[in-house]
Formats: sequence, C-alpha cells, structure tokens
Amino acid sequence: MSIEVRNVWKHFGDFTALAGVSLKVETGKLTALLGPSGSGKTTLLRIIAGLEFADASDDPDWGRVLFHGEDVSNIPAGKRGVGFVFQHYALFKHMTVFENIAFGLTVRPGSARPSKKAIADRVKELLELVQLEKFGGRLPHQLSGGQRQRVALARALAVQPKVLLLDEPFGALDAQVRKDLRRWLRGLHEKLHVTTVFVTHDQEEALELADEVVVMNQAKIEQIGDPQVVYDRPASPFVIEFLGNVNRLVAGLGKLNISNKDVLYVRPHDVEIRRDHAPEHSLRARVLHVFSAGNYGRVTLQRLTTGEPLEAEVPRDQLRSLNLQQGDEVFVVFRHVRLFPKGQFYETDVKDETATEADISGGI
Amino acid sequence: MAGHASTLTYVAQHHRRRSIEDPLWLKVLLIAIAVGFVSLFLVVPLLSVFVEALRKGVGAYFSAFVDPDTKSAVKLTLLAAAIAVPANLVFGLAASWAIAKFEFPGKSILTTLIDLPFAVSPVISGLVYVLLFGAQGWWGPWLMDHDIRIIFAVPGIVLATVFVTFPFVARELIPLMQAQGKDEELAALTLGASGWQTFRRVTLPNVKWALFYGVILCNARAMGEFGAVSVVSGHIRGETNTVPLHVEILYNEYQTQAAFAVASLLTVLALVTLVLKSLIEWKHAKSVAAASASTTRQFATK
Repeated sequence: MSIEVRNVWKHFGDFTALAGVSLKVETGKLTALLGPSGSGKTTLLRIIAGLEFADASDDPDWGRVLFHGEDVSNIPAGKRGVGFVFQHYALFKHMTVFENIAFGLTVRPGSARPSKKAIADRVKELLELVQLEKFGGRLPHQLSGGQRQRVALARALAVQPKVLLLDEPFGALDAQVRKDLRRWLRGLHEKLHVTTVFVTHDQEEALELADEVVVMNQAKIEQIGDPQVVYDRPASPFVIEFLGNVNRLVAGLGKLNISNKDVLYVRPHDVEIRRDHAPEHSLRARVLHVFSAGNYGRVTLQRLTTGEPLEAEVPRDQLRSLNLQQGDEVFVVFRHVRLFPKGQFYETDVKDETATEADISGGI
Repeated sequence: MAGHASTLTYVAQHHRRRSIEDPLWLKVLLIAIAVGFVSLFLVVPLLSVFVEALRKGVGAYFSAFVDPDTKSAVKLTLLAAAIAVPANLVFGLAASWAIAKFEFPGKSILTTLIDLPFAVSPVISGLVYVLLFGAQGWWGPWLMDHDIRIIFAVPGIVLATVFVTFPFVARELIPLMQAQGKDEELAALTLGASGWQTFRRVTLPNVKWALFYGVILCNARAMGEFGAVSVVSGHIRGETNTVPLHVEILYNEYQTQAAFAVASLLTVLALVTLVLKSLIEWKHAKSVAAASASTTRQFATK
C-alpha cells in the first residue's frame, strides 16, 4: 500500500506545523521522517494516520492523503487500516498483554469479529512474533520499556494494517535496548513488508533503519532520499548539519575562487592532519585536544588565521605516528568539502546546483 | 594533623545529626498538640453524638426512629440522594470527559462553573431556586397556573441537592483524566473501536476508582446537605423535612435525645463513607500490586 501526501498545510492557532508538504512512500518501504522537535514530523505522521486532519482547502489537490491512489483525507483513523504505535506506547493499563493485542479484533462488529478461538490463535501468533510468548497474562506496568514497545507493535499489527506508523518508536528507551530493538524492527520489516513510516529525531536511527529518509525542518521537507544520498549529497546546510558531525567554516580560502560569501562544510573524517610537510592548499591549525579511545581518534583543532574550531577523525595508527601534542601547529587538508552560499542558510529552496561539490585531492 | 582532621569530621557529623533530629521535648510537644487537637475537634464531638443519643437508654434511642415524621424525613433524604447522585454521576462523567479529552471554546469557563456550588454559600444556592420558582419568582406565576409546586415541595429539595453536590464526581475525575491524557483513547480509535466502545472499555475502566470515590462523597453530601435544602424546604413535617432539617427541628423543640438519635444516623453515614473510602484506596492499591495473575483468565472474564 503506497502513501501519498499532497500539499498538506497544518496550523495550530498561529503556529504553522506543516507548510505545503508533499511526499510519496512506495509500497513495502521503510521510511523515516527525520527532524528536530517542532519540525512537523509527528504532525505529518498523525495526518497520515487520520488522528489529525490537514487544513481544509477548496482546491481538490491540496491537503490530500492518498493510500494506494485512493483519497482517504476525510476517512477517520479507525477506518483507514493503519496501525499506529504511540511514542509512549499508550497500552491499555488495565488490560493484560493478551487483551491489549486482542483489542482491535474484539471491537469489530458482530459479523466481522473472529471467533474467540481465532482471536486467541492470532494473539498467540503475534506474541511469538514479538517474542513475548510467556507474557500474555502480564499487565503493561509489569513489562520493561522494550517489551511494552513490542506489545504496542503487536497490538497495531493484530488488525493487519496496510500501513504501519510509528511515532518515535525508540525515543523512550535506553541506548542498548534501542540498538537491539532497531535491529529487530528491521528484521521484522524484512519479514512482513508492511509499508512503514516512523518518526525520529535521531539521525543514526534514521540512517541505519530506513530505506528512505525524509529530512524535515521548520514545517517543510528539506530533502528526500536514501540514507546514502542524504548523508553524502545533502541538499542544504540544514541537512548536512543535522546528519552527523560536521565542521563549518566561513570559507575565504583564496584558491578555487571560494569567497567569503560561501560557507564550507567538511566532515571530521574528511579532515587530514599532516605534520612533516606543507602541501600547497593546506590550512594551518593548532592542536587543542586529542581524544583517542576506540578505532578513531578525535582531534580538536583551531584554525590559526580565523580562530575557528575544527574537528578531525584520525585512524588510531595514524594518530600514533603523528604523535600530536597539545599546542602543536599542524597542516590540515580537506579531502571532500561541500559549499553553500552564505545567505541561504536554512532555506529549503537551496537547489542542488548551488551546492558546489569539491573533491580536492591536493587540498585547498 | 591527622588527629585534628578526624576530630573536625567527628564534630561536623555530630553537629549534623543533632540538626536533623529534633530534641525529644519538641517531638512530644508537637505530637501532644496534634493528638489534643484531633481529640478536641473530631473525636469528642463524634462520641458526644452517640453518648447523647443513648442517654435515655437503647429503647428510647430506637423509639426515635419509629416516629412517622422521622421515617418520612429518612425517606425523603434517600429519595433526594437517589436522584441527585445518579444525575451527578452522569453529568460528572460527561463533563470531565469533555474537559479532559477535548478542546473547545468556553472550556475554562465550564471548568470554573463546575466549582461554583463549592464557592457559593449553600443558602444562596437555595435562594436562587426560590427566586426562580417561588411564588414571587420569575417562573412562579406560570407554575402556579399549572399547579406545579417546586418550592416548599420535594422537587425543590431535589434540585437544591443536585446543585450543591454538582462538583463532587467531576472534580475527582477531571485531574485524573487529564493526567492520563488521550493516547489510549486514540489508540483504541486507530484499532477500529467506536466512540462508545472506547469509552466503555478504555476510558471508564481507567477512572473507575476515582468515579466510585466521587460517588461516595457526592452521596454523603447529598444526604447531609442542610443550608440550601433548608431554604427551599419550608420545613413541613412529614412532607418536606430531610434528616438534617429534622434534627434541627427536634433540637429546637428541646427533644435533645431524639435529635441526637437521628443525628447519629448521619454520623454513621459519615463513618461508613470513610470506611468505604479507605477500602477503595486499599483495593485500588491491591489491584495494581496483585496484577500478576496468570494468562488464562482473560477470556473467562469477557
């Protein structure tokens, strides 16, 4: 079941939650809505679910939600065939795990309601799927966060939704559980292939889990693409800053006609530190701090001419041979940078051609 | 040097312990004041009701209830409560559901209005109905023409009781429902439940103890209300006297023992209310704690 959102606007009083958002999600894909809080991602998810409705418009092409080409904009949540998993799970507190999962089946009107045995079988099947076979008789408050999350998922899946929507599915969990559950959810998606959209503010989660990432900021979509694309070819300064660590320098680097009007972005792993000789296009910088735990060492530097901070990720062995000390003056070379015109900060209409990509083997 | 330091530590610890623990005399004094206050203002009056009621012996005590006026007062009180409590149960549920789960214009006004009966003196509450329905009131002449009696009759007493006990259920439910949010309801809706199914299977079970508690308090007040009912009642013996009004009449007629005997009914009601309240709180805690029952129950209970 594909999802299409067409020109959706949503206001809450004076606040604009969504400003003309359009989106297509293909059947069977796992899509992440990624953005900071207040970017409108949860509102978009709730509009897809039918828990919120887009601002009304006379134009038949505005404020529409389509499931598989069919307009569902005015159909309430219960009739859309969506499974929704709430951020804090919203399990029914007074019902057992079993009753929670069975709920969607037991509320069906007489003729459509499966027999008690059929319901019990289905619940058992789902309990197995979410690996909670032995927990059917527990109440929600007797479960851990990760278990509750899985119950919420099983409850949503019980009604065989055509679309699965998850609001910050791992937001309330601690780091280790979050990682495990993320992997587990990916596996589940491979098995079921239900069209799934989830909301997250964690870029690592979005990049690792999703087939496609929708980056949102200030009520608009900044970029849509697979994880590789949004990470390597960010369409705007916002996207590059939001997805992972990045150094930001007001350029003015002389060579390559990079003027002061441009802002230069370089990922820490594209920063190379040299000590012995000075290649032509290098920057001079001072070492402020060296942190070496894990496979990569992290070096904090300060650009000598402007005082701008700079972070570099250097492999362990290389770091050892460099033998950096605090206060050392070194040469820095960028392997790969992205440039954006300065005035267009955080504007969504930064076209790809304005973002100059520069592969500079010899440095700047 | 080391010895000096440890002495300092000792002094510091000693000093801290002393500042946390109050001296014995202060503890004794505070406890004595608390116990004395509770005894003087709560326990002694409570006991005095039963002592006065039984002053002339058990026989005299029970003969007070055989009196037809007393019987009629008890009946009327039960009737007023039997109408006011269900009415306010339905109203309280509906109002708190609307206030806690939906946004609508005038919501804060409604929330404030619910508290009005608590804020206004009961006498005023009664007078309002006299001004509306009394012989010289707004609708008085029309009611007289149609031979409908509200003031100085049973309907007036019921109305005043409903008004005064208006907030009890709603005030118990609103904070709880607001704290619970509406995610569970929305979850039920996305799972295909109808509005009624959502209410009956999700909203109601989540608030049942608070609802029960509200009903008990509402009932206690409905049976015990004096001021508002006094204004609209007219004190017609055997007709428009409720139990609290009857107690006053007996007392004013120097039938002290009988007055206290009837008053003991209300006192017992208060004690029963308190016991029920504790029972609910205990039950509620138990239902949370002992929820580890095994799987197989769930369909048997459906």
